[in-house]
Amino acid sequence: MAAASELNPTSYIQHHLTFLTKTGESGGFWSVNVDTVVTSIVLGVIAFGLMWLVTRKATAGVPTRTQAFVELLIDFVNEQVKGIFHGEIKTIAPLALTVFVWVLMMNAMDFLPVDIMALFYEHVLHQRTWRGVPTADVNTTFALALSVFGLMIFYSIKVKGLGGWIHELFCSPFGSNPLLWVFNLLFNAVEYLSKPLSHSLRLYGNMYAGEIIFLLLGLWAATGAVGVIFGAVLSLGWSIFHILIVALQAYIFMMLTIVYVAMAHEHH
Amino acid sequence: MDINFTLVMQAAAFAAFVWFTAKFVWPPLMGAIETRQKQISDGLAAGEAGKQSLASAERRIADLLAEAKTRSSEIIAQGEKLKSETVDAAKQQARAEADRILVAAKAEIQQELSRARETLRNQVSDLAVAGAAQILKREVDAKAHADLLAAIRQQL
Repeated sequence: MAAASELNPTSYIQHHLTFLTKTGESGGFWSVNVDTVVTSIVLGVIAFGLMWLVTRKATAGVPTRTQAFVELLIDFVNEQVKGIFHGEIKTIAPLALTVFVWVLMMNAMDFLPVDIMALFYEHVLHQRTWRGVPTADVNTTFALALSVFGLMIFYSIKVKGLGGWIHELFCSPFGSNPLLWVFNLLFNAVEYLSKPLSHSLRLYGNMYAGEIIFLLLGLWAATGAVGVIFGAVLSLGWSIFHILIVALQAYIFMMLTIVYVAMAHEHH
Repeated sequence: MDINFTLVMQAAAFAAFVWFTAKFVWPPLMGAIETRQKQISDGLAAGEAGKQSLASAERRIADLLAEAKTRSSEIIAQGEKLKSETVDAAKQQARAEADRILVAAKAEIQQELSRARETLRNQVSDLAVAGAAQILKREVDAKAHADLLAAIRQQL
């Protein structure tokens, strides 16, 4: 497709999986995947901008179809939060809604056909390399998971106090005997570390694998007319299955966010 | 998968979107939903109250109807009683009046009879005196025979 030099399966896939990275002067960590940042912000602005437009005409009377749709979404998230978290939900519920909508939008970028989008990126945006699915970038999922992790620590300290939280680190779940402090701390450290890791890598892995399968199916096109049809049929099947994954991963990501923040409010 | 500054930018974008949602999207829509829920529940409660007041009004109507019925039947019974009393009184009065009239008539008849009898007696005695005078061919001194005449009159 877009590869100018030799086109083989490896270069095809590598091309599709290359970020548009702007590296700063110091290099290494100080580089930015422009494609991820731009795509995710554009998607967020579209999604939340549309919802904001709905709120401007929101009425408590008979809602319009768009308002009813957004209210359905808000009510859905609200019910999920209420079912898990028994406390002041005014801050947690908007967080959950943001996570769900934004992740859903970013995941949904996976529906766009990879090669047509590659043409779009190359000829409209004039970028040789551009990855369209921000959640297939581990930076995005880690950013979200670490934000939630930060909130978790914040609420733990806010609810239990700094002393209470430290006490909990050393004295639960096994008991407050000084001999058990090390084990308690180890156990809690594993628990705290595994949360953001599993939270972010689950989403990243699912979306990355989905993208790769689309690319592998796209490779069928290189084998001739039969391969094009075969690849198209398989891509259609995978796309339909992917609808489930996209929505399910966004839902799981939201639920884990709620669960983690809710757990931070609980005393052990 | 290499971690770089993208992570920080994404976290910042995430924070901005959360702030935006929590400030501008969630409150008005949730407020609209809650207001509507309240309106609906208020409407349902009002409907329920209306139904109950209708039922109580119907009960009151039934009570009033029953009361009116008993009262009207009481009045009718009273009227009947009064009527029969009046009729009885009138009958009694009429009977008494009739009796009175009858008694008066009878007395009058009796009077008339005794008067007639008196007249007849006088006439008969006169006649008898006249007859006797004729038979005796002389005048009967009424004064002389007054006792006799009176005795005769008595016998008649």
